[in-house]
Amino acid sequence: MSNPLYDNIKRDPRYAQLVRERARFATTLALLVIGVFFAFVLLVAFVPGVIAQRLSEGSNLTVGIALGFAQFVFFCALTWVYVRRANRDFDPRNAQIVQDALRKS
Amino acid sequence: MRMPSSSSSPRALLALSLLLPALAWAGPDLGVAEKQPLNWHAIGMFFVFVLMTLGITYWAAGRSKSASDFYTAGGGITGKQNGLAIAGDFMSAATLLGLTAMIYGDGVDGYIYMVAFFVGWPIILFLMAERLRNLGKFTFADITAYRLRQGPVRTMAAISSLTVVCFYLVAQMVGAGQLIKLLFGLDYNVALVVVGALMLVYVIFGGMVATTWVQIIKACMLLAGGTAIMLLAFSQFGFSFETLTTKAMEVHKLGQNMLSPGKLLADPVTALSMGLGLMFGIAGLPHILMRFFTVTNAQEARKSVFYASGIIAFFFNVIAIMGLCAIVLVGTNPEFFEGGQVGGKLVGGGNMVALHLAKAAGGNLLLGFLSAVAFATILAVVAGLALAGASAISHDLYARVIMKGQASEEKEIRVSKIATLCLGVVAVLLGMAFEKMNVAFMVALAFGVASCANFPVLLMSMYWKGLTTRGALVGGYTGLISSVLFVLFSKSVWVDVLGHAAPLFPYTQPALFAMPLAFLAIYVFSKLDTSAEAQAERAAFDDQYVRAQTGVGAASAAAH
Repeated sequence: MSNPLYDNIKRDPRYAQLVRERARFATTLALLVIGVFFAFVLLVAFVPGVIAQRLSEGSNLTVGIALGFAQFVFFCALTWVYVRRANRDFDPRNAQIVQDALRKS
Repeated sequence: MRMPSSSSSPRALLALSLLLPALAWAGPDLGVAEKQPLNWHAIGMFFVFVLMTLGITYWAAGRSKSASDFYTAGGGITGKQNGLAIAGDFMSAATLLGLTAMIYGDGVDGYIYMVAFFVGWPIILFLMAERLRNLGKFTFADITAYRLRQGPVRTMAAISSLTVVCFYLVAQMVGAGQLIKLLFGLDYNVALVVVGALMLVYVIFGGMVATTWVQIIKACMLLAGGTAIMLLAFSQFGFSFETLTTKAMEVHKLGQNMLSPGKLLADPVTALSMGLGLMFGIAGLPHILMRFFTVTNAQEARKSVFYASGIIAFFFNVIAIMGLCAIVLVGTNPEFFEGGQVGGKLVGGGNMVALHLAKAAGGNLLLGFLSAVAFATILAVVAGLALAGASAISHDLYARVIMKGQASEEKEIRVSKIATLCLGVVAVLLGMAFEKMNVAFMVALAFGVASCANFPVLLMSMYWKGLTTRGALVGGYTGLISSVLFVLFSKSVWVDVLGHAAPLFPYTQPALFAMPLAFLAIYVFSKLDTSAEAQAERAAFDDQYVRAQTGVGAASAAAH
């Protein structure tokens, strides 16, 4: 049931390279998000004192609020990083591989 | 357990609903709301919304001809539009009302909870969005059954989808009835019939095109209304975080402790389990997954999660500021308390904070607008759920399992319209039956099943070559049954609904326990499967992987 077009793609060394790079990139970003978030949850659960600390004397901005806000910003920035690389790097390479495979089959 | 001072619910119920991630999606646990006088501003604005959406449905009905139009809007939605629709699906009325009330009552705890509620989105983008689009067509079972035996795998996916949809739908209906009674002064049963009837019109005549546009319009209204209220309220504090928080701490019952984490996440097991359930539950909700099939290609799918994440992050921060402003503007104003007793019971109950703030900051007009938005939100979410449930019945059960792929497209669409009608009627009737019950557990169940049954099988089918039919079936049913049992034996059902003295399972969140169980079952039973069929299923992975990676062979967008 194998499809010749798929076989052509599979044989292309650039395909393996693309899949490997994309997987590494996506996994790194995902682990970064999971790691940062669960570190934050554990901090809240086990050392709530740190979370309640003020960033500077006389200010109401606590470590917890700052870290929470930083996560919103950081995670959104990561989605931007991902979309940008996918658009500029992965998509054109993918299109090239598919085009060449189509020509061969 | 601390709780908002303003709660109208009995303490035990509220404690429960705060522990559950439920609160944010479910109909907020409004308890049994009192009927308010008819609110003409709100009704007028809601009427305008209904006219607009009916117009769209009429337009969409002319364009909805094929099955692909009906299920996925012909794949013709752009990334930006879909981002708004996803954000709209995710931010229900309960998100707005529940999260504002949470900040109002618990201070910074509510903000920590919001982060947990948001964090699933980047994960979906990195690991799932593009593959979902490349592999799926109408339902997520298209992906799990891609290289496995169609009949049993689709049956399982349909059962767990329908479980999620039904519990979620009933929870939304009960929340809707209470909320509408409160906001519009309509009778509970009348409210349910109105919601059910409008939902049926959108879905049956307009299919996914209408459902998506209703969701997009509502998302824009929600964003505009929320932001306007936040700006008006925040301006009273000169847009200064320091002034706002200083004043809030002066009047809040927690005082300085308002800015420290409280009991919400005090128990690490519950915290972790909640985090897992929130994060991966989203990736197993049929009505959210369905949205990935409505865009043109993987690139647009990726873009839609990017926009959705940005919109959700922005709006959560808007809600956080709204909650803080409400502590001062609502919490010290006798007008909003029953009998003028500041610190007593809020008029209409604890979840009315956002609406009182709308009135305090923008008068009756803004209150009417926000009420109309809340009603619109419920309608849009309910329509999406009904469509997801109907497609599981018609596309998976009817067309693939019963007719083995031999059903004509017209027949399949007809079945899904009948299924929508049945789901609508069932939801309204169950909504009436559950009027006086606390339905928070239903959302725990929906999320439990989504994260422990749908998500593990879906993830493994996309990532693991070794998955076989047997592994998927045993794993999926393990996740389904164990998450249902964990919730059944937890305090939320065993004690609060069934009236036993002590829960058999000490935690309210099933994800930390049932999800690993499901993954383990998938792994072990796939490994043990040495049949020829299993070999063929493993061999088929490579081609599936090429399609997932490159998009070659993916269901294409209809030309409109």
